[in-house]
Amino acid sequence: MLHEPSVSSGPDHASGYKTRVGMYMFIVYALVYAGFVIINLCSPLLMEKIILFGMNVATVYGFGLIVFALILALIYNNMCAKEEDKYNNPMNQKGGQ
Amino acid sequence: MSIMPIVLFVAFVAVVLYLSFYFAKKTQGSKGYFAAGGEIHWSVNGIAFAGDYLSAASFLGICGMIAVVGFDGFLYSIGYLAGWIVALFVVAEPLKRLGKYTFTDALDSKFNSKGIQLLAAISTLVVSLCYLIPQMVGAGVLVTPLLGLPHYVGVIMVGAIVITIVATAGMASTTYVQFLKGGLLIIFSTVLCLALFIRGISTKPAQGGKVPFYEYATLEAKTVDQQVIPTNGKHAFLDQIDHRGLTFVKLSKESNVSWWIKNTDPNGAVVLKEVQTEVKTSNGKYLINGKPATNNSQLRQVGNLIKIGGEEEDASSGISTGSLNPFKFLAVFSHKDTLVQRWKKTSFKHNGDHVSVYYPVETTGNRLMRPGIKFKVEGTPLQKFDFVSLMLALFFGTAALPHILIRYYTVKTPACARKSTIVAIASIGFFYILTLFMGLGALANGVLNPATSNMSAPLLARSFGTFLFSAISAIAFATVLGTVSGLIVAASGAIAHDLFDRFGGVLQSDKQKVFVGKIAAFAIGIIAIILGIVFKGMNVSFLVGWAFAIAASANLPAIVMVLFWNKTTSRGVVASIIVGIVSAIGLILISPSMYLRYGLDPATAPIPFSNPGIISIPLSFITLVAVSLLTPSKRAKNNIAASA
Repeated sequence: MLHEPSVSSGPDHASGYKTRVGMYMFIVYALVYAGFVIINLCSPLLMEKIILFGMNVATVYGFGLIVFALILALIYNNMCAKEEDKYNNPMNQKGGQ
Repeated sequence: MSIMPIVLFVAFVAVVLYLSFYFAKKTQGSKGYFAAGGEIHWSVNGIAFAGDYLSAASFLGICGMIAVVGFDGFLYSIGYLAGWIVALFVVAEPLKRLGKYTFTDALDSKFNSKGIQLLAAISTLVVSLCYLIPQMVGAGVLVTPLLGLPHYVGVIMVGAIVITIVATAGMASTTYVQFLKGGLLIIFSTVLCLALFIRGISTKPAQGGKVPFYEYATLEAKTVDQQVIPTNGKHAFLDQIDHRGLTFVKLSKESNVSWWIKNTDPNGAVVLKEVQTEVKTSNGKYLINGKPATNNSQLRQVGNLIKIGGEEEDASSGISTGSLNPFKFLAVFSHKDTLVQRWKKTSFKHNGDHVSVYYPVETTGNRLMRPGIKFKVEGTPLQKFDFVSLMLALFFGTAALPHILIRYYTVKTPACARKSTIVAIASIGFFYILTLFMGLGALANGVLNPATSNMSAPLLARSFGTFLFSAISAIAFATVLGTVSGLIVAASGAIAHDLFDRFGGVLQSDKQKVFVGKIAAFAIGIIAIILGIVFKGMNVSFLVGWAFAIAASANLPAIVMVLFWNKTTSRGVVASIIVGIVSAIGLILISPSMYLRYGLDPATAPIPFSNPGIISIPLSFITLVAVSLLTPSKRAKNNIAASA
């Protein structure tokens, strides 16, 4: 049996750029996530401090991690889409030459 | 029993089966069966991701855990969602580029190694089975209150429906079932939260007037010769037992026997507080709160706030906040002067009887709304280690779950894989925010069953009326259908595509592969039914934790290193999968949690933590690197020779 992707989508000249951006964003998110874990370990009482609309650090940080994931995802998609358009769209490549 | 749950349930199943037979006509060949032809729109795939991912453990388990231990339950929501970042930024596009039907394809894309094909397929089957059992048990748990049927009937019903879904149109019908269920789950959870905000919070919750608030009695007492004796003259002292630092006192009043817990009031005086009990007597009787168990004599629903934001409770009517916005709702719980009544369980033997006691504990709002009740972040270094290990497994587990990874093959391009992941993050993230409101809502509305937390969200819905309860329960049931379908497709692909075709090389045609896939789906469905019946009563979230730890240990190091380290060899991948599976399962089997299940003292467990990820994930990574460096591939050797 042949072993190839289920749908052939052609070469992706932006893949190197997307991988690089993905790794940077992964590291940024991992650091923010690690911050949540570290605060809990080193200063758990800080988590109950009320900081916004009557909510404490734990809740705001927890919601923040969820919302931050979505914001980063949208930025990543935007950057990737622009790069794909630049490198993979034949019209753009022609215009660029 | 109301007719509405049955109508909603039958309607949902009818739609699901119609979709299955509709797509069966369109599904041709293995590409259609295992990957829905790669033709699913990214937005549909994104919601289907949510349908696949938000399993019974997410909906029932997390809400239940928040209702019992507060913010610690929400840690699962945070970790499960954060895992999608790994999926999006690291795994989604490369996996889509390299793979065909299964994640084994992607792992093996550079090697064509029999060892990887075999081990990755085994890993898929192990993780899928760990995930399947709690889903099937959850189906049985749900069907009893929903349709009034025994546990095994629920399990068989789910098994039969899921086999039909998968065996007719494979990934295409599975995708639309998950899309439907994911969408409905998010919509109705939002409705439930809105109803909660409109109702507000009361210190004497009465479920919208349907169930009167029950006041637990407190008796003044004194200690005489180390015995705690009530001073009201109406209750007679029978016996007393000291158990794990708590004192329980058995009293009688007019032939009624009851258990009480010793406590002290704010002035330091000794008091006895009423508790709930389940007693299995030595002569086979089953008593609830001192009376024989019947439909009318069950454990009372519990959970309420004693004080709201420092306001003193009015003796007769308590305090009601009226409607609240979401921020104010959370602010009430987070206030240091808010006092919450949670319920805990302990069991002991007394004169041959097996006694389970459900007793109230008071927790302040600031304590409830930060980590620490379940995960001891203020405890010993080893307890902190357990917390870090859990957060690590949740972060890295998602991107290694086979039934999630195969969904990347149902869309056309790597860009579509990326976009569908973003839709998944938005919808799953929104749902996980709702879990905090639903869990706290269940805790404050007097709807909790003290014996099991799994039904917290449906029971909260019931306090708002039959329709919402029926809809939420039918969706919870659909949750099981969607997730089990995805797991069976993943396992079926592992058997037909990875084992029979690529490893065994025994399939000669595309038609044969689809046929074997359908037979495999049928067989796994039957195995799931049997396991669902055998494991009745097991905690539904427990095995899901296993699945995450095993997936993160066995699969993630292999996926990441194959994608990003060009010195990775096939032997390194094989060794890493073996070490990941064995170390994760081995550590779980000797953990304190399992010792408790074996009936042994958890303190005597060889390791002091229950989450293996912090050991098994790095171990698997190190193994891959070490074995790869010791066994350079032919390609690498050729490169070295050429450069020399």
